[in-house]
Amino acid sequence: MKKRYIQIIRTVIAWLIAVIWLLPFVGILMTSIRPMSEILDGWWNFKEFHLTPDNFMGAWNHPTASLKNGMKNSFIVAIPSTVLPLFIATMAGYGFSRYRFPVKKTTFFIIILTLTLPQQMIAVPIFQIMNSLGLVDKYLGLILVHTAWGIPWITFFMRNFFSTIPSNVEEAARIDGASDFTIFFRIILPLALPGIASAAALQFTWVWSDFFLALILIYSPDKLLATQRVPLMRGVYHVDWGLLAAASVLVMLVPLLVYAVLQKQYVKGMVGWSLK
Amino acid sequence: MRRAKLSHYAFFILPALLLLAAFVVYPSLRTIYLSFVDEEGKFTLAGYKEVFTSRDTFDPEGFKRGFPMGTLIHNLLWIGIHLPLSVFLGLLLAVLLKGLPGVSFIKSVIFLGMVMPMIVGGVMIRFMFDGNVGVVNMFLKFLGLHTQTWTAYPETALLSLIFGSVWLWTGFSMVLYSAGLETIPKEFYEAAAIDGASRFRMFFNITIPLLKPITVVVVTMTLLWELKVFDIVYVATMGGPGGASNVLALQMYSYAFREFNFNKSAVVAVFITVSTLAASIPMMRLSTRE
Repeated sequence: MKKRYIQIIRTVIAWLIAVIWLLPFVGILMTSIRPMSEILDGWWNFKEFHLTPDNFMGAWNHPTASLKNGMKNSFIVAIPSTVLPLFIATMAGYGFSRYRFPVKKTTFFIIILTLTLPQQMIAVPIFQIMNSLGLVDKYLGLILVHTAWGIPWITFFMRNFFSTIPSNVEEAARIDGASDFTIFFRIILPLALPGIASAAALQFTWVWSDFFLALILIYSPDKLLATQRVPLMRGVYHVDWGLLAAASVLVMLVPLLVYAVLQKQYVKGMVGWSLK
Repeated sequence: MRRAKLSHYAFFILPALLLLAAFVVYPSLRTIYLSFVDEEGKFTLAGYKEVFTSRDTFDPEGFKRGFPMGTLIHNLLWIGIHLPLSVFLGLLLAVLLKGLPGVSFIKSVIFLGMVMPMIVGGVMIRFMFDGNVGVVNMFLKFLGLHTQTWTAYPETALLSLIFGSVWLWTGFSMVLYSAGLETIPKEFYEAAAIDGASRFRMFFNITIPLLKPITVVVVTMTLLWELKVFDIVYVATMGGPGGASNVLALQMYSYAFREFNFNKSAVVAVFITVSTLAASIPMMRLSTRE
């Protein structure tokens, strides 16, 4: 009997916390779908309640920072910035888990070290390098940096994933005369798909969400990414909350969808990558 | 483990290493170099001296007068408040939620803050603390207390961001602790129950010690995040008003891309990096053991 009471109390507290946690989201959603006049005294007033698409239309077709272009640009950057490092680092992760080679330990140590680096550490030289290559304000430059930046953690993550796959299948294939490359593409890659899916979900979300690297490399108003356009929605003299809320909803929608679809892989990736 | 032939090495390892060398390792080394030279390329420690005696970094008068106290103190405050709150809250939630109905929904809700771009997170924090439309003021009004746009005043700007970021980040420690709780065998608790241990004792003598590796990871990752925090501050307050919510990463950005002083910006970048490396030593020990 006492146990059941505790269970009920726990459930009530848990849902109460969930509601409190959800309130800011409800707020931003309410603000984005209602006219400004209704939310001036707070979105929790429902004396009048009208739905309007104006905020979303405004953010989508914003005269100086339209999200239509911003989201398109973000996709143009985020897709190659996910595929490239995933491919390169999956190979590297496999290499680290299966081969011996000179200075392997040192190389791996450097990879681990780079995991903790703040982006501020590379900012100025990256700008200078890209400037001398003529890649400032070009997506190729940003994609290269995202690719390089994603490599350490994906290599680390995939290496750990590969070390859970027993190597006797590969041995058997090798005895049958398969080359290492055949083994990698035919046997290992299909087995690694769950790991790759986890890493892809995280890398895509992180690149989409990135603000700092875009801020230092992309400048032209028509090239700005979605995250760069959010601060521009604020307005000069007062904060236009309807517009800003709609923009926020749109920009977070993409990672939220990735999370909703790949929830298991996402959390596994998060846990696996931090708990090795 | 096989010895790599040159073709294997070139195919599997080299592409990753080349990209890493060109766009991560070399730039980092160059930042270290930049921190020690002046504009003509001559060795100097002036950058370090200037940054660490600057009021941007550390403003002793701030202790008497109030914010700003300098980015160094601001980041330390961020750590001092945000770290214990988000880690403990995450652990408590993980324990509270274990085995409850509807738990995956509640977890998803709390984890939402981790999923969205931090730039949106910053907008949400600014929104929560807004004088008119903010939900924080809804509660304060309800309790008959003073309301204002908390991010707009030097006394409360930084603290608003810090407390707001607890809301964003708690999902991280909750999810990791939840995963950790699953790995503790039930028998431990059953055995303890037979010995007559209270729930309280079980928590402190079984749960906490067995979760130690996870605590190391959660604390380290949280520390790294607090040292690097940028997007939230940029969009919510831009470090203002008057530098009252400025942080190291934003200070580095302003030195580099507003003042074009690469020497000083490199000094700040090196300082953040050294701090993150120091903070991650326990976790590196943990993951290289074995």
